[in-house]
Amino acid sequence: MSHVSMTVNGKQMSGDAEGRTLLSQFLRETLGLTGTHVGCDTSQCGACVVHVDGVAVKSCTMLAMEADGADISTIEGQAAEDGTLNALQQAFQDHHGLQCGFCTPGMIMSAADLLKNNPTPTEAEVRHHLEGNICRCTGYHNIVKAIMAASGQDVSSIAAE
Amino acid sequence: MPKDHGIGASPKRREDVRFLSGTGNYTDDINVNGQAYVHFLRSDVAHGRIKTINTDAASAMPGVLKIFTGADFEGVGGIPCGWQVTDRHGEPMQEPAHPVLAQGKVRYVGDQIAAVVAETVEQARDAAEAIEVDLEELPAVVDMKAALADGATKVHDDLTSNLCYDWGFVEENKPAVDAAFEAAAHVTTLELRNNRLVANPMEPRVAIGDFNRGTGDSTLYTTSQNPHVIRLLMGAFVLGIPEHKLRVVAPDVGGGFGTKIFHYAEEAFCTFAAKALNRAVKWTSTRSEAFISDAHGRDHVTKIELALDADNNFTAIRTDTHANMGAYLSTFAPSVPTWLHGTLMAGNYKTPLIYVNVKAVFTNTVPVDAYRGAGRPEATYQLERVIDKAARELGVDPIALRRQNFITEFPYATPVAVEYDTGDYHGTMDALEKIADFSGFEARRKDSEARGKLRGLGVNCYIEACGIAPSNLVGQLGARAGLYESATVRVNATGGLVVMTGSHSHGQGHETSFPQVIAEMIGIDESMVEIEHGDTDKAPMGMGTYGSRSLAVGGSAMVRATEKIIAKTKKIAAHLLEAAEADIELKDGTFSVAGTDKSVAWGDVTLAAYVPHNYPLEDIEPGLEETAFYDPANFTYPSGAYACEVEVDPETGKVTIEAFSAADDFGNVVNPMIVDGQVHGGIGQGIGQALLENAAYDENGQLLSASYMDYAMPRASDVPYYNVDHSSQTPCTHNPLGVKGCGEAGAIGSPPAVVNAVVDALQSGGHKVDHVDMPVSPSRVWAAMNA
Ligand code: FES
Ligand code: FES
Repeated sequence: MSHVSMTVNGKQMSGDAEGRTLLSQFLRETLGLTGTHVGCDTSQCGACVVHVDGVAVKSCTMLAMEADGADISTIEGQAAEDGTLNALQQAFQDHHGLQCGFCTPGMIMSAADLLKNNPTPTEAEVRHHLEGNICRCTGYHNIVKAIMAASGQDVSSIAAE
Repeated sequence: MPKDHGIGASPKRREDVRFLSGTGNYTDDINVNGQAYVHFLRSDVAHGRIKTINTDAASAMPGVLKIFTGADFEGVGGIPCGWQVTDRHGEPMQEPAHPVLAQGKVRYVGDQIAAVVAETVEQARDAAEAIEVDLEELPAVVDMKAALADGATKVHDDLTSNLCYDWGFVEENKPAVDAAFEAAAHVTTLELRNNRLVANPMEPRVAIGDFNRGTGDSTLYTTSQNPHVIRLLMGAFVLGIPEHKLRVVAPDVGGGFGTKIFHYAEEAFCTFAAKALNRAVKWTSTRSEAFISDAHGRDHVTKIELALDADNNFTAIRTDTHANMGAYLSTFAPSVPTWLHGTLMAGNYKTPLIYVNVKAVFTNTVPVDAYRGAGRPEATYQLERVIDKAARELGVDPIALRRQNFITEFPYATPVAVEYDTGDYHGTMDALEKIADFSGFEARRKDSEARGKLRGLGVNCYIEACGIAPSNLVGQLGARAGLYESATVRVNATGGLVVMTGSHSHGQGHETSFPQVIAEMIGIDESMVEIEHGDTDKAPMGMGTYGSRSLAVGGSAMVRATEKIIAKTKKIAAHLLEAAEADIELKDGTFSVAGTDKSVAWGDVTLAAYVPHNYPLEDIEPGLEETAFYDPANFTYPSGAYACEVEVDPETGKVTIEAFSAADDFGNVVNPMIVDGQVHGGIGQGIGQALLENAAYDENGQLLSASYMDYAMPRASDVPYYNVDHSSQTPCTHNPLGVKGCGEAGAIGSPPAVVNAVVDALQSGGHKVDHVDMPVSPSRVWAAMNA
């Protein structure tokens, strides 16, 4: 066991981790931040995406110890202090971009990363960017639409909500 | 103008706020004080006899509390099967024992040999590796037809063979069906496989058992679509715990798609071990475990024949299906290839004679049970593929051939025991033709060809039976449960309502759509209504969510309970207004006396019910809470017409979906946004089945596609935007909302459209290909083109 400290959503947090403890596990079990989800054990599903020092990372691919001293941002830190959803979260609600909600934290964190680097992506770029995020519920239609809308593009011509 | 309130409106989903901000409450987010963790040691061979299990070294490892094996479960019940099928000869199906932990034999890769409970999950996992199992490996039974051959190795030694049942439907019709084939002008025959799938809800299964010695109460937190069903099956048949001592909680559940209906051994184990150890015991499945322990879906091998007369009218259908049950009978497994499949073989067509034969087979593979659509996708796929093939053989337009044979008069009694109450198949096809731009197809094909690609258009129809189901009917068909639904409507003193429903939401958005119905009935704002579900201590006995039944059955129960509330509030209002009850009207949340300006608000009446100072106590009780159980009179029959356009790269065989259109008739629609989303998701899964997904076993019973590296889940770039429409609406005639259910339609209707389109594309390129099995992978398409 060793002691690991990190800044999570702007707050200093720390806890003990084994050498094999994954960042996803550390966030969920040690820090109690259960918004980050674990949907696979082969780093394929993207439910666990968080930002580490400003970069989107699948938190199941990183050891907690490797994140010692890092600046982490998770789904819990996306809304404003008073709970108001940010523009991307709001677009997901407006366009029904989630159903069961399990893939959603990873989708939001991954999409936020896309929009940071590519503020007005094409549909194809959005779909390509989501290659590492699996959703079983939505058929992706409304997720792609929500991300396009969050980027300020007109989605009114896209069929149905 | 779209409505902004009540039935037909699309308010934003209230559950989204917690899911979008990371504050959902999924089962794995729950931790019970002092919980221990279990790791299951699973068989890595498909079939073997357990000679000895030595747990001595493992038991001594750090943190280990106890290691359980099959011996600990002698005298404990097995996992029950909830449906009994009777075969062609009147005999009951063969039903093997299904122990919680393997006893004597392991029967599939993933079967639980032992369970290690330890202080941490890592300790449990480490100790499991130290268990020594002496196993005599036996030949694995994998292929269904080989499993039925004389002298085949038996999966269950105490059964007479690997045949679970040989079902004929309708058996008495067989001679007439055979005669119709003799007399046919044309017969089209097709052999196909409905590929085996893994449901893969993104949330893996989780179970936490807890026991309170002080009260003797057990609690199970589990990722279930139907917590009451789990309470009944596990309590009554496995562990012998009466309902009042057992609480089952299924909180936020991250998708189900059928595979979270069933009662699983891990749930029984955690509940049992919690009592044995006096510690809460938690199990969280890894995805790798999910692939080899969640019930799989589909896996039918079918030969279908369609007989037509000289005018191209369908005269008879005959099918021969082998359906894989896997190694044990999962909860509803026997019903899927029979009553959820055979009864749908008429499809949208007035074929007068139908005979369906299904042989259900035990193999050394993971149990197979319902997956989104359950039996209906299998029926639709074979029927819509054989019709397409017939159209090509006869040189007629596939849409015209379908239209010619559509059922047009309702109610319509099919030759396969169900009666469609309502539908308009020309209407949905008309709607499809509008949204899919068929007239522009030739130009699009030319454009594809100019780029060296082949383009195909595939169309099909579907019908499904959902809103499952009338209890007396399913009882006759072998169900060991009723299929009603329940709701308790509790009105609080200040007028807000809480609905406790037996339906369960795992993505469907009931917390948003159910209040829309009540808001419409009473004329109040939806924000005054809260939905509680997923906890057997709160909601009355319910049957849960599957078979697109929540609104049709659960919503109907809620309507009935609300009607009782309204009737009672009208009595109270009549008293307060000193008027006759018959003259009281409720509109926009206000009770008024017809023809006068006297009125009293909803909140004043509800307050009077709890502060009954001026109240007709001699006639009615105080309080405002009503329960209703609703048992439907029939199934509901949603239907639709789907179209898919594909491009095939003749160099590689790669298929891309260029466009997908779906026109559905769901009857009345409460929340169009949610309905569209359900269809999108179903289409995504259907495209996954058609193009990508396959649970493949090798001849030794090893699952080859056992992770997301090998099992191809559809990704965002595999699918296009979908064009969906539900403007064609023929309301269900027998439930109070006129709703039919929309959860499975997309998964039922889409696979044949994709494969029909691929065949169309290949034929347009001069390839004499009349079928490619799903998934239509590049290698299969390329092989078909170059055969
Ligand atoms: S849990 Fe990290 S990618 Fe699946
Ligand atoms: S919303 Fe359920 S997995 Fe994406």
